[in-house]
Amino acid sequence: MNEFLRRLLFLPEQASTFATKVDSLHYFVIITTMLVSTAVGLTALLFFVRFRRRSETQTTPLLNPPWWLETLFVVVPLSFFLAWFARGYRDYVEMRNPPKNSMDIYVQAKQWMWKFSYPGGPNGIGVLRVPANRPVRLLMTSRDVIHSFYVPAFRVKQDVLPGRYSETWFEAVEVGRYQLLCAEYCGTNHSNMRAEVIVLHPEEFDNWLADQRRGRALQQDGAPTADEEPIVQADLLRQGEALVVRFGCLKCHSIDGSPHIGPTWLDLYLRREPLEGGQTIIADEGYLTESMMDPRAKIVRGFNPVMPTFKGRLAGPEVAAIVEFIKSLRSQPVEQARSRRPVYEPIRR
Amino acid sequence: MSPSAAEAIFPEHHYLNAGTTARSWLLTTDHKRIGLMYMIAVLVSLLLGGIFALLLRFEHLTPGPTYIDAITYNRLFTLHGVIMVWFFLIPSIPSIFGNFFIPIMVGAKDVAFPRLNLASFYIYMFGAAFTLWGMIHGGADTGWTFYTPYSTTTTTVVIPILLGIFILGFSTILTGINFIVTIHTMRGPGLTWMRLPLFVWAIYGTSIIQVLATPVLGLTLLLIAVEHAFGFGLFDPARGGDPILFQHLFWFYSHPAVYIMILPAMGVISETVSAAARKNIFGYRAVAYSSLGIAFVGFFTWGHHMFVAGQSVFDAGAFGVLSMFVGIFTSIKVFTWVGTLYRGAIRFTTPFAYICGFLYFLVFGGMTGIAVATVSLDVHWHDTYFVVAHFHFIMVGAALMGFLAALHYWFPKMFGRLYHEGWGLVAATLIILGFNATFIPQFLLGNMGMPRRYYNYPERFQTLHVASTAGSTLLFFGFVIIFIYLALALKYGRVAGRNPWGSRGFEWDTPSPPPTHNFEQLPVFTHGPHEYQEVPEVSRVA
Amino acid sequence: MLPESHVAEHFANIQVQRQAARLGMWTFLATEILLFGGLFAAYAEYRSLFHEAFLLGARHLDAIMAAVETVVLITGSFAVVMALYYAKSSRAGMARLCLLAAAATGFVFLALHGVEYFHHFKEGALPGKYYSFAELRVTGISLFFALYFLMTGLHSLHVLVGAGVLVWLARRALSGEFSGQHYHPVELGGLYWHLVDLIWIFLFPLLYLV
Repeated sequence: MNEFLRRLLFLPEQASTFATKVDSLHYFVIITTMLVSTAVGLTALLFFVRFRRRSETQTTPLLNPPWWLETLFVVVPLSFFLAWFARGYRDYVEMRNPPKNSMDIYVQAKQWMWKFSYPGGPNGIGVLRVPANRPVRLLMTSRDVIHSFYVPAFRVKQDVLPGRYSETWFEAVEVGRYQLLCAEYCGTNHSNMRAEVIVLHPEEFDNWLADQRRGRALQQDGAPTADEEPIVQADLLRQGEALVVRFGCLKCHSIDGSPHIGPTWLDLYLRREPLEGGQTIIADEGYLTESMMDPRAKIVRGFNPVMPTFKGRLAGPEVAAIVEFIKSLRSQPVEQARSRRPVYEPIRR
Repeated sequence: MSPSAAEAIFPEHHYLNAGTTARSWLLTTDHKRIGLMYMIAVLVSLLLGGIFALLLRFEHLTPGPTYIDAITYNRLFTLHGVIMVWFFLIPSIPSIFGNFFIPIMVGAKDVAFPRLNLASFYIYMFGAAFTLWGMIHGGADTGWTFYTPYSTTTTTVVIPILLGIFILGFSTILTGINFIVTIHTMRGPGLTWMRLPLFVWAIYGTSIIQVLATPVLGLTLLLIAVEHAFGFGLFDPARGGDPILFQHLFWFYSHPAVYIMILPAMGVISETVSAAARKNIFGYRAVAYSSLGIAFVGFFTWGHHMFVAGQSVFDAGAFGVLSMFVGIFTSIKVFTWVGTLYRGAIRFTTPFAYICGFLYFLVFGGMTGIAVATVSLDVHWHDTYFVVAHFHFIMVGAALMGFLAALHYWFPKMFGRLYHEGWGLVAATLIILGFNATFIPQFLLGNMGMPRRYYNYPERFQTLHVASTAGSTLLFFGFVIIFIYLALALKYGRVAGRNPWGSRGFEWDTPSPPPTHNFEQLPVFTHGPHEYQEVPEVSRVA
Repeated sequence: MLPESHVAEHFANIQVQRQAARLGMWTFLATEILLFGGLFAAYAEYRSLFHEAFLLGARHLDAIMAAVETVVLITGSFAVVMALYYAKSSRAGMARLCLLAAAATGFVFLALHGVEYFHHFKEGALPGKYYSFAELRVTGISLFFALYFLMTGLHSLHVLVGAGVLVWLARRALSGEFSGQHYHPVELGGLYWHLVDLIWIFLFPLLYLV
């Protein structure tokens, strides 16, 4: 029955745990819609035939509905509408609350491509590999304008915004390849901003991921664009570490807590830093990036404004790698596994 | 009232020939002449917007580039939306038929502020000129919704179009103020609120929305223009701005705006269904109050355009449940209209054909609206062709049918002549069939996952796109036929006389076309406008 | 002059005309409130997001100047009330004087505002990408100034329009048009001025006093 209706209504395959729930409500709503519109149409037609004008001098009675009939025609539709709302909202709340054991993947949308990174590597463009039967949470941001992450087969969609992270999640149930489309108009090539989601068997996925991290099979999925430097190493952390040596950051910043020319990086991430001028800021990604690009903007109290700018010397992905490296410098044991919370918004349970 | 039919007379002096110089038209304060000038401007907008639509549909015959490039396509759908929403649909029924008939229906000689009315028209034209200027210089490619940050960073010509719509907003606001004041203060003796024609109630509700919502649009468009030109950063995340704020401000106006577009059409249907069935409205108060209900509740549902935009889960729930309530007012009206047919004396005329189309499209389109308001379903449908089909069902299927019903019902009153009924029915059939053929495939496209505003599309969508394009050409032919027989009727149509429909609406008590001051003598109101317990006086068509 | 001669042709009588004008003006005022409403909404959001910037920005604005501006505008409103009183008593000369005085307060207000703006221009406290005021560098400060300029700018535009309306009414007053039976143009033009004043009463604490 489900399959019959799905095909009748031209719905795509039901490749996620959401799809069957969404579709069953869909059938209920659409079938009611069609029945009601047919009923209204037929009634009107029936009335026209039965009550057509027989003479020019015909008069009509003054009729008004009894209060209970009017009420019935208000209460019955309203009950349906509210029932649909209740069921729909319940499903929606589920769609907005990723399970605790979700695997995180970072998504970056930019005109006009999709980039995916797994914490701990690898990165890719245009292809997203996920395991079947495991919940996957996507942490998404945009580099420029609003995009929207849409996989029809999963019945999943979420706008991707610049300047903040939005999240969505799904659990794929069928191995296969599914199309990802951008669903928020973003300019000239909006309609070409597509990608592919490949759902693998869980073991296959684990093997693939391990392969990637071992540095084998280093080709990018999809070629980088002309102005993108390809990320040579699959591991952001290790790349960041290499960069800070190469660019001489460690000449002024220590990584073990000892005081030096610049603030130490140990436990720097999310530390409250008092600035010259009295304000306090939190050293988040934005601050760390800004410090590399415009070091004079915010000087930590007690330090001299001697840091040079790296604007133009570091490419975007390199900055991100350095930030990741700084984030990993914690006095508590470093967690190499999946991150437990998104960068900007905690999961509300 | 005599049961016999009256002779169909074409009056010697009426508003059309009272003064034939260009000056007497361009500087007129006669609400009827202003209504006609709007009609020309609005129909030109419909033509332009319609041509853009056809161009878009033809591009979709193939999955890849067909005959235009991506930027042109993006500009076309933006301009199609801008013209159809602001230059056609919002002014259509209020500025033409509202202007023409509200004073007559309330027994007044003109609207409350006739010179302001003329100013509204010229403001409309000024706004149209700005927008046209922007279009000629390439036009914006942002979509009619102007989402930031794309609209504030695109290099296409956005600002003239924003300014054009901003200026047009004043026209809408002033017209709304005019109608509200006219209805409140200029009702003739005996005309209580509960005796007002339902068309007047509908325009009243519409005017309230126009007056309250349009200023927010004006401000929002101004903010984009300022941001685009000067980089103030209000919606730019790099400066701390919030793109979602734009969406809230925009939809705060644009959701009530859709009620501006549909409420007048509903008013027209109330008038025409009562006249076609020669029967009182089945529940007058319910319809009257539901017009106010839509106006009020409609202001609180805007977030249902933003279920996946990044607003909180709580917001989604609040807006979702409120959207369910606003649907109830429409269902009250549908119940009423169908009930009006019961034990009526129905004649199947062209206006009635449009009523039938309207009823079906409103119920189907309205319920798909409830469907997209069901939050979990909208996750799949948002920004796909399902939404496109939904709003075209309401804006074209219902609102445009209402416009055509108004045009055909009131044509004899406005011009004193009848059009060819046979061709009227042919055109109505073509339009209803063509409309179905155009937009039902789009519901299915949406289900399949075809996103909106896509220049190229994956191949599997092609069959439905071709079907939709075929339907759109049928729709277009329907309009061509209407234009032809109406234009011919202006000159060669049979004389209609005062009341060819035998309607009890108040406007049919005055000659067709009406004299400049609307009445031979100011009417006194002793009954409601939809009561047919006595035999109405029909002007016998010569 | 008999009030009846003021009745426009399409109105049944002078009472209907007055009632219509009154309702029209109140409805128009409602639209003005909604126009500013959008900016207040933006202000509310950004204030909650960038609390510190808004605090510091507000402290940096010249609250004393703004207080003077407030007094100026309120004086203008008082003059408008007096103008209505004189119009009702058919004292054309005094009515005209009061209207012109009120308009003058409007221009004084604009001049004082201009001085404020000039200071901000000089120090670089400008909206968005033009912000270059080195002393205040908090996240969101450029947004504060963007809102400051937008809200006060839009308001100043309305002050200008309001002053223009008052001048126009003053000219009509000179011809002895207004009396105890016919004063509603002054009443309604005055209403517009009162709204402009009212909006400032909201802007002043929100922007300057926090």
